[in-house]
Amino acid sequence: MTSPVSRGFHRLSRPGDAQAAKLPPGQHVTTDFPVLSAGPTPHTPLREWSFSIRRGGRTLRAWTWPELMDLPAETVTVDIHCVTRWSKLGTVWRGVPVPALLDQVTHDAQYVLAFSDGGYTTNLPVQDVTGGQAWLAFDYDGQPLPPEHGGPARLLVPHLYFWKSAKWVRGIELLDHDQPGFWESYGYNNYGDPWREQRYAGD
Amino acid sequence: MTLDGNAIGGLLLEIFATDLTSAETTCAVCGAVRPVAETTVYLRGPGTVVRCRSCTSVLMVITRVRGRNCVDLSGLEALDVRP
Amino acid sequence: MAGTAVRGRLIWQVATVATVTDETDAVRTIALDLPGWPGHHAGQHLDVRLTAEDGYSAERSYSIASADGEPVAITVERLDDGEVSPYLTQELRPGDQMEIRGPIGNWFTWGPHDGGPLLLIAGGSGVVPLRAILRHRQRSGSKVPARLLYSSRSLEDVIYRKELDQYRGSAEVRYTLTRRQPPGWGGFSGRVDDAMLARIAWPASQRPLAFICGPTPFVEAVAELLVARHYPESRVKTERFGGA
Repeated sequence: MTSPVSRGFHRLSRPGDAQAAKLPPGQHVTTDFPVLSAGPTPHTPLREWSFSIRRGGRTLRAWTWPELMDLPAETVTVDIHCVTRWSKLGTVWRGVPVPALLDQVTHDAQYVLAFSDGGYTTNLPVQDVTGGQAWLAFDYDGQPLPPEHGGPARLLVPHLYFWKSAKWVRGIELLDHDQPGFWESYGYNNYGDPWREQRYAGD
Repeated sequence: MTLDGNAIGGLLLEIFATDLTSAETTCAVCGAVRPVAETTVYLRGPGTVVRCRSCTSVLMVITRVRGRNCVDLSGLEALDVRP
Repeated sequence: MAGTAVRGRLIWQVATVATVTDETDAVRTIALDLPGWPGHHAGQHLDVRLTAEDGYSAERSYSIASADGEPVAITVERLDDGEVSPYLTQELRPGDQMEIRGPIGNWFTWGPHDGGPLLLIAGGSGVVPLRAILRHRQRSGSKVPARLLYSSRSLEDVIYRKELDQYRGSAEVRYTLTRRQPPGWGGFSGRVDDAMLARIAWPASQRPLAFICGPTPFVEAVAELLVARHYPESRVKTERFGGA
């Protein structure tokens, strides 16, 4: 059965509204910033917050919030692409590049599993969080990152679908073998390149 | 968006061909028993996540992969359709 | 992955808009022509699916505003930044089509056999399913005592005001106006709190049945207040509304 057209109904942001920028396949531009979650918003007080790099059940290195604020941060403007098909262009973030953290430990891990307050996880190859591709972001649009968008700090990995930019991130686990995270375990693509439209497992 | 199990009544109707909003869930982690309607539901993300209102453990995850509904019920100790 | 892929079933029906009625500036009731509708129970909802010419589709859930046996109607509140509600409350006209799935929900429903006394607490457009319950109670001649506490920003925002006011004598309807009150207003104002419930909630000893509907923070705050007043959780039914 084909669905009847509802006369006069159209999506909120139409193709004509989009900037001339090239979008990954199947995406449309949004001007708002949808809040999508898999669970309740955590509210970890900054005095209790830490970010750890762990391996095999051990913490190799950890930073408190003041220690994170002492690290060199940069402001970046990036486009972000959610697997639910919205893209937001020209978003401005401030954060510490992930290599500034990872370079503080000696490791030969090939993969990382980012973990967050509330139990969310997502996996990435190590090379995707290095080389100017990933940040531990704490400011969005010139303001401290609000809790509903992942504050106090989230992972920012804009070259992949945005579920890889884990909200409320508290650390990364270094792994020898890839291990699927939350959405990867429920049918989503293990890598998630929006430009090759890798939404689901097997794409 | 944080809602309750009433919001996935239609989705569950589509998948199971029966109304499951008053079906009783038992959480596999804390053992809490409550109808689907009273669970905590997170919608509009990459998938639908249903959590125990008592301990926040994941009860069910429903994703739509290439047009098909994929249902994971492993967070449920039990789902009693006619309590 | 531990789940099982299950093919979706064909349970969407095509509905034609019969009438549209503006209830307030931002709220409209839409009556639908749905041949083959199996009937519904007060408190249930349905899902609407709209499809654009380019194939884009959006789905939303709306509570059924009408009682058992009445033609299906939904009442929609326009959210200014919404995608579907502005279309339904401003563009939609009689003759237009949409797809409907339902009726849905056999937990948040009431019929005379469920007894009472009934305590209905509405936040904004959460009044819709509770209005259906009151209509069903009246149409069925039920003598179960009922009270409605309806929280609204202002008197102008109250939906179904004339209809609710005519229950005087058969059900107690009270409004609390949270943002502005008309001059000389003698009713409640401000958010629902324990002091207000002390004046309108049935004592727990009467084994009341409560239905709370509205935005998530409203529902959770009120549910907590009722449980603190010793209402058993199984006798406090909740339905949370979301946006757009």
